[in-house]
Amino acid sequence: MNTRDREITYREAVREAIREAMQKDDRVFLMGEDVGRYGGCFAVSKDMLNEFGQERIRDTPLSESAFVGAGIGAALGGMLPVVEIMTVNFSLLALDQIVNNAAKYLHMSGGLFNVPVVIRMATGGGKQLAAQHSHSLEGWYAHIPGIKVLTPATIEDARGMLWTALMDPDPVLIFENNTLYNMKGHLPANPVPVDIDHAIVRRPGTDITVITYGVGLFKALDAAEKLSEDDIETEVIDLRTLRPLDDETFLASVAKTHRVLIVDEGWRSGGISAEISARIMERSFYDLDAPAERLCGVEVPMPYAGHLEQAALPQTEDIISIVKRMVKSNG
Amino acid sequence: MAEFRMPSLGADMEDGILVEWKVKTGDHVKRGDIIAEVETQKGIIEVEVFEDGVVDQILVQPGEKVPVGTALAIIRAEGEEERPETAEAKKTTPSTEEKKAAPEKPKPQPAIKREKRIRISPLARRFAAELAIDLSKVDGTGPDGAINRADVERAAARAKKPEKHVPEQPPEKKERAAGFHEGIRKAIAAAMARSNREIPHYYLETRIDMSRALKGLETENRKRSVKERILPAVLLIKAVALALGDVPALNGYWIDGVHRPQEAIHIGFAISLRQGGLVTPAIHHADLKSLDELMEALRDLIIRTRAGRLRSSEMTDSTITITNLGDIGVETVYGVIYPPQVALTGFGRITEQPWVENGMIGIRPVLTATLAGDHRATDGHTGARFLDAINKHLQDWEKL
Repeated sequence: MNTRDREITYREAVREAIREAMQKDDRVFLMGEDVGRYGGCFAVSKDMLNEFGQERIRDTPLSESAFVGAGIGAALGGMLPVVEIMTVNFSLLALDQIVNNAAKYLHMSGGLFNVPVVIRMATGGGKQLAAQHSHSLEGWYAHIPGIKVLTPATIEDARGMLWTALMDPDPVLIFENNTLYNMKGHLPANPVPVDIDHAIVRRPGTDITVITYGVGLFKALDAAEKLSEDDIETEVIDLRTLRPLDDETFLASVAKTHRVLIVDEGWRSGGISAEISARIMERSFYDLDAPAERLCGVEVPMPYAGHLEQAALPQTEDIISIVKRMVKSNG
Repeated sequence: MAEFRMPSLGADMEDGILVEWKVKTGDHVKRGDIIAEVETQKGIIEVEVFEDGVVDQILVQPGEKVPVGTALAIIRAEGEEERPETAEAKKTTPSTEEKKAAPEKPKPQPAIKREKRIRISPLARRFAAELAIDLSKVDGTGPDGAINRADVERAAARAKKPEKHVPEQPPEKKERAAGFHEGIRKAIAAAMARSNREIPHYYLETRIDMSRALKGLETENRKRSVKERILPAVLLIKAVALALGDVPALNGYWIDGVHRPQEAIHIGFAISLRQGGLVTPAIHHADLKSLDELMEALRDLIIRTRAGRLRSSEMTDSTITITNLGDIGVETVYGVIYPPQVALTGFGRITEQPWVENGMIGIRPVLTATLAGDHRATDGHTGARFLDAINKHLQDWEKL
């Protein structure tokens, strides 16, 4: 256990979290494509094979359906598996296992079988990995009852959410944005598990609320910083968990600022932003002084070309200009 | 027929934007009715009409920016013939007999007129309901003219009852304030540069023992509820008004090389704006108002000034200006005259000072009153009599 404040990367925070879980509890093991000898596609599990051995760091064949299914089976059998899927794009091959099995067993067994599996995967664009590797589909998973969907954005959440997820009796999906792995940040001494059912106000403000998660958090915080130079005080909310959504936190913020912009990298139609917007309309209509707005990824397959990819993703400048327009209409 | 023109709402105004008509063609208007709103560098001003009559034609549409003096509408005197073209158009309407029977009455609005749906944010609608604001009278500044919370709060601030004013002043949007502030700054710059260029100022100063006036005021205020209490500034306004009655030469204008003292005493009271800058709206006939009426007028003016809702007559009618900087701690004010006026009187803070009277020294609350006078119109002798008169009226405060 580290007893000093440190600067570490997001990648190291995830690795520490897995290592700590495996040290604490024999039932915890990691499996996925290239997690062993290769050290993980994003180098998260580097050197862990040497430390824990093949039994607990398991390389799997390229069959998402098979190894996610195996993870669900292990969880049913009393283990606490951490299953890594390279990116959310490939998780579609395991969608049947996740939606029809993991999410439904508790219900189908009349409450007899919990499935305490944790499935981690990278998500998001921005690394020029093209249309089949770059999408943000976590909003889809937030549609499914029976699972929890986490999107740690900060070092502390990356470090602290895993253990809480493992202790949850139900399937938990953790989405790590691939552009965050190299991000450095401050981790307090003696890191502790964090809750996975609350959104957080990361920056207080009075003029408008920006609701976001994952890498969007940092774009929103940058935007808020620049907007404050124009005397626009932006409240930034990090959702942290997309399912279940913490309505109370963002509704309270809307009641304070009366304006809201939701930012996510997923496609706009039927996305998580649409769900949040609908909840605001249902419960905070009379607090709104302007229509709730969304800033989402452009509805195209992610372009490979760097400049086009950036154009397809919400950017800090987009947030700034939309917020300015929304706040300006305040007469 | 008379033309209702874009008024000059200050020496420095060149043009204005017609924001809203409060009347439509065919409406009867009385002298003093507010019939339009005009946006100037100093905010939105409600403009009064000077004739009785009927609105014959509207010549300028809302949103248009026109120079001062441009005809905005034609006002037809009661009984006067309609303009040929409008009469022509009217001919097609029902019977000529009906017209003869009641030539003056405008036809009642046809009942088919559909109620226009108001574009308003949910929050603004809730606020309006809580504050009992009539939404048909609120101008929207949001997207496509939608009414938002700030619009409702402005409307609430301008709604007559000053003591029932909005619970919380709307947080001034700094972004908007920047443009507005620039406008005000420009207007002040123009007027003050002109004043300093054209007016040969002379300055006089006197110290006034305020112990009698303040003591009297305190006794009086003790009998009143907090809301009804009178501020010392009101005493000063009244004293100035009465002193102008004694020395009328300082009450008026210098226009085109001629000194024109005015009979009516309308005191412009400098009110600083939160965003910076100031305006000096008039308190009409201050000499004829009681202290209570003056207090009421002052409170109303301050609220409406800060809400950007002044009337055209208030912007143009002042015959002298008072600057009271006492609340900020300044002891003496040397003012710059607001043209075309010929005098400005300044008051500083009331401070306790050693005071010698009848060979005895004592501590008294002392006020420094100053006068900036236009030497083209009056001389120091006149100014001295004026300051002396203010002093006398303040000593004789029961008669204020």
